[in-house]
Amino acid sequence: MAQSLYEFTMPGGHHWSFRMRRGTRLRLTDVHGGANVGMLFYNPENLLERYNAPDTLKGQHTFKLTRGNCLYSDMGRCFASIIDDSFGWHDTVCGNLSSKACLAKYGDHNYQTHHNDRFLSGEDSFLTELAKYGLTERDMAANLNLFSKVVTDDLGSMSYDPTASRAGASVTLRFDMDTLVILHTCPHPLNPAASYPAQPVLCEMLSGEPVAADDYCLNFRPENQRALENNRLYYLDPPMGNQTDSGRSA
Amino acid sequence: MIRESSRLKSDANFREVVPAGDYFIRVIKAGETVRLLDLEGNQAADTLFYNAHDPAERYSAMDTIREQGNVYLTAGTTLMTNRGNPLLDIVADTCGRHDTLGGACAAESNTVRYALDKRCMHSCRDSWMLAINRHEEFGLAKQDITHNINFFMNVPVTAEGGLTFEDGISGAGKYVELTARMDTIILISNCPQLNNPCNGYNPTPIEVIVWSH
Repeated sequence: MAQSLYEFTMPGGHHWSFRMRRGTRLRLTDVHGGANVGMLFYNPENLLERYNAPDTLKGQHTFKLTRGNCLYSDMGRCFASIIDDSFGWHDTVCGNLSSKACLAKYGDHNYQTHHNDRFLSGEDSFLTELAKYGLTERDMAANLNLFSKVVTDDLGSMSYDPTASRAGASVTLRFDMDTLVILHTCPHPLNPAASYPAQPVLCEMLSGEPVAADDYCLNFRPENQRALENNRLYYLDPPMGNQTDSGRSA
Repeated sequence: MIRESSRLKSDANFREVVPAGDYFIRVIKAGETVRLLDLEGNQAADTLFYNAHDPAERYSAMDTIREQGNVYLTAGTTLMTNRGNPLLDIVADTCGRHDTLGGACAAESNTVRYALDKRCMHSCRDSWMLAINRHEEFGLAKQDITHNINFFMNVPVTAEGGLTFEDGISGAGKYVELTARMDTIILISNCPQLNNPCNGYNPTPIEVIVWSH
């Protein structure tokens, strides 16, 4: 049974970072709808290992991220698995709202005048949190944008789908490695909202059962089995039962 | 978009053939034009670009596709940096579409994508790792090896959110040409991948050609 270990509601337009332990879960909920969560992962034991969006997408032949998908590091391992998702299509190719774009789009709304209701960019948010671990803009890879859906047409044109967002949507990540999580609740760079969308996100850290042989994410794709096998090598865990003989869904 | 170039090889001031499995690194000065030529067809040229004076500023796949509103690169595309500045313009393209979502192959990701025993097969990222350690003068380190362009590679995205590696749409003699907007380091891995159709299971040489105008 999942036990709640800690919870915190992040206000919109802010940033945070923490370390998730292997086996714990992070459930994020878009409380009122309209939120975005920019997120990056690093291996706290070797900060050069980080979330790799291209490896995640090509490894699972997908452009969108949802339940079943694993979020790969650039070292062929799985930081986290999406074990539950009521949203259905999270973006990981659009990057961040830059400080320049934030100012141009939403106007000057600075700390002096507005205190913690200032309009903060995803870029400044990541730079602030990354610096706490000795990381810089050089370490800023393509991030996740949870609760933001971006689709493409046959010619490759991209569009943000403002109808996808809804109050109460949640996504649960199971961490398959110890992971440094850097996150912000700043707007998606393609969000067409005319005024700065500052929507809160409930963050719940939960305990959970170890990965079982019939785990949905493990069996979602054979690539996920191999990524999690690379995790096993990293921790030098004993082989996991007969997991490789279990049924695989296409 | 197909757009041919009027530049003549005889006017070039630099030419080098890069065999599959090798890297190529060089500074392209602002205003210079570099052509990547797919000599035998169906090859993938995994490429990264940096501001030569401050490599912390570099090609950003996310900023490039977001700002042009399209996931494919072709003639007319301006490659953007992570700081939102134009780095190079694609001025000619006889292939029509290049990928920047799929990233480069790596020994580690090959184990995930194909089989655990592929660990010791050569890969683009290993070429880059060797390049940055052999050429410390460029000031590049592992955190600078980020999301690249796969010139000549065809990775269609579907409306349903799928992403597939298709047989290349490039052919022998096809090329892409870029004019630098700032002094730019170009770092290429001519892809050694043997496990997927990105290069027709047959990695072949490319040629790098540079014109000063």
